[in-house]
Amino acid sequence: MSRFLDLTLNGISNGMIYAAVATAFVLIWRATRIVNFAQGAMLMFTTFIAWSVIDAGGSYWLGFVVAILSGLILGAVVELVLIRPVEQAPPLNAVIVAIGLLILLQALAGMIWGGTPRSFPPAFSIRGYNLGGHHVLFGPFDLFIVLAVLSAALLLLLLFRGTSIGLQMRASAFEPTVARLQGVRVGRMFTLGWALASAAGSLAGVLIAPAVFVGPNNFDAVTVFGFTAAILGGLDSPLGAVVGGLMLGVALSYVAGYMGSSLVTLAALVILIAVLMVRPTGIFSAAKARRV
Amino acid sequence: MSALARLRLPQQTLMRHLLLAAAAGVVLYLISLALDPFNNLRLAGVAYYFTALAGLTVLTGLNGQISLGHGALMAVGAYSAALLVGRDGWPLAAALAASVVVTAFTGLLVGAVAARLRGPYLAGATLALAVGLPGLALRYPDAFGGENGLDVPPPAPPAWLGETFPLERWQAWIACLCALITLVLLANLVRGRVGRAFRAVRDDEVAAELAGLNVARIQVFAFIVSAACAGLAGGTFVVVTSLAAPGAFQLPLSLALVTGVVLGGLGSLAGAVWGAIALVMLPDWSGDLARALSLSDRVEANLPLAIYGLVLIGVMLAAPGGIQGLFRTGFEWVAARRSTWRPTDDLIDPQRPTPRREEQS
Repeated sequence: MSRFLDLTLNGISNGMIYAAVATAFVLIWRATRIVNFAQGAMLMFTTFIAWSVIDAGGSYWLGFVVAILSGLILGAVVELVLIRPVEQAPPLNAVIVAIGLLILLQALAGMIWGGTPRSFPPAFSIRGYNLGGHHVLFGPFDLFIVLAVLSAALLLLLLFRGTSIGLQMRASAFEPTVARLQGVRVGRMFTLGWALASAAGSLAGVLIAPAVFVGPNNFDAVTVFGFTAAILGGLDSPLGAVVGGLMLGVALSYVAGYMGSSLVTLAALVILIAVLMVRPTGIFSAAKARRV
Repeated sequence: MSALARLRLPQQTLMRHLLLAAAAGVVLYLISLALDPFNNLRLAGVAYYFTALAGLTVLTGLNGQISLGHGALMAVGAYSAALLVGRDGWPLAAALAASVVVTAFTGLLVGAVAARLRGPYLAGATLALAVGLPGLALRYPDAFGGENGLDVPPPAPPAWLGETFPLERWQAWIACLCALITLVLLANLVRGRVGRAFRAVRDDEVAAELAGLNVARIQVFAFIVSAACAGLAGGTFVVVTSLAAPGAFQLPLSLALVTGVVLGGLGSLAGAVWGAIALVMLPDWSGDLARALSLSDRVEANLPLAIYGLVLIGVMLAAPGGIQGLFRTGFEWVAARRSTWRPTDDLIDPQRPTPRREEQS
């Protein structure tokens, strides 16, 4: 029973990280109808930048802030330089550009920092809380993960629902032409959407880094999980991204604990297929299912 | 194709393709005789990459479905062939055929899901396949040999070729034969009713459905065809490298295949040749480049990847038709100039709408 509790708690803290990655996918999908396959490489790159700051003697929190800021900048630059030219082309072109960026960033990271994974410090102790004489698999750092992602999601919610900028962003995503006629700077809203998404990804990168280490390919799995979570939630719904992330985190934690950790990525695929068979557009999507 | 070539070649598509394939076979035969063993292995590499790329370019370029999981499908073919040849002692041809069937069946499973998924969902599912499937080999080391993979004895050249016949040339022949068979079958497929259906579904699903096409079934079929090619490529890979190990089929392979298809020109079988050559030669060229510029090991190791990335971005931004698209633009420019004094040129037939995307070889 205590093992079950451990796995559940561990799944929740992992799930929150998947939720942050999923949020990044959802934000970009909502803004520009593109699945940003470079997301994993972008958050890897910003986490490497944070690692460099900490390695050079900076404090953890300085590294944390640098990661988020560089995420904002990277997201905006990518949208302006690479995505803008293919926005009018068939969607396949944008997907291929994103894949190209994924490969390019991984290669650049390998050139700059080498292929050997580096350890990344956690913000707080990872030693589990003592519950009735038993150290559960959930410590101060896990609590920090949950709180950090939840507050980021809350901030985004406030931005989208409570501010004029958020309203303009929603309008641009929903009906670009009409929004433009109403005087919304649609292009800027897209850039902002990419920047925010990239920052959410950077947050996830810093949070997962102590567990997976920092290396060019070390974030592939968490990216796939984040994408799976986004699809489970329906790609359109930020709430769905968080719930999908939590569900996937807990489910994969059980798979790792009871069936072996090498099956985890395959299990994600099986869950993805099972859910999509029942609900082709995700659990939380309001969009109509595709009829073929 | 110019009017001259059409006069000389048979009118029947199948006969024309068989004739061209036979000519290509003769050329490949002569090339393989001229090459040393090392370059014969490269030729074999081009052949198995072509087999995979041809299948992928039909799926992505002609049917509009993207797959990031073709590396994993190659793994299915490779492990099937390795198990059947190495463990069960099947003859090579039968094992290759079986690996095609097994991979096609895997493609049916993936494709059945894929037909319910729009672009991004499909790409995500195939991405999960690419990342997840190699894990099976590690989870069941007894069956799949774990990290070290499965060793397979290399195919012995038949005795009538002589004692000193180099193994590498024999491997190149097998790989080239598989590639030519794939080429003929695919070329026929895409010229006919099925190819038209593929393109119709790609361009407008609603219109295709209104025209009486079963969109879902066509998409699944495209995925099966493409998977079968990947399976044959994987089987040939085992013939050439004598090894099926999970390290060879990770995500980078899947991404390299997408790069090859995009570079050659989406939907173009001839473009797949350029893509395959690039995939084989690029690591060597980038190694030479790194040594010429005396770059550090770290940079050299990542240079091919960086080039893949730049190629994908550059082609999409500058020349979405890839290499073959550039050729075609050149041909059409020449044809348009010639047409000023020969207005019957079929390339500027006003009845024919401008193709929306680059296609056909």
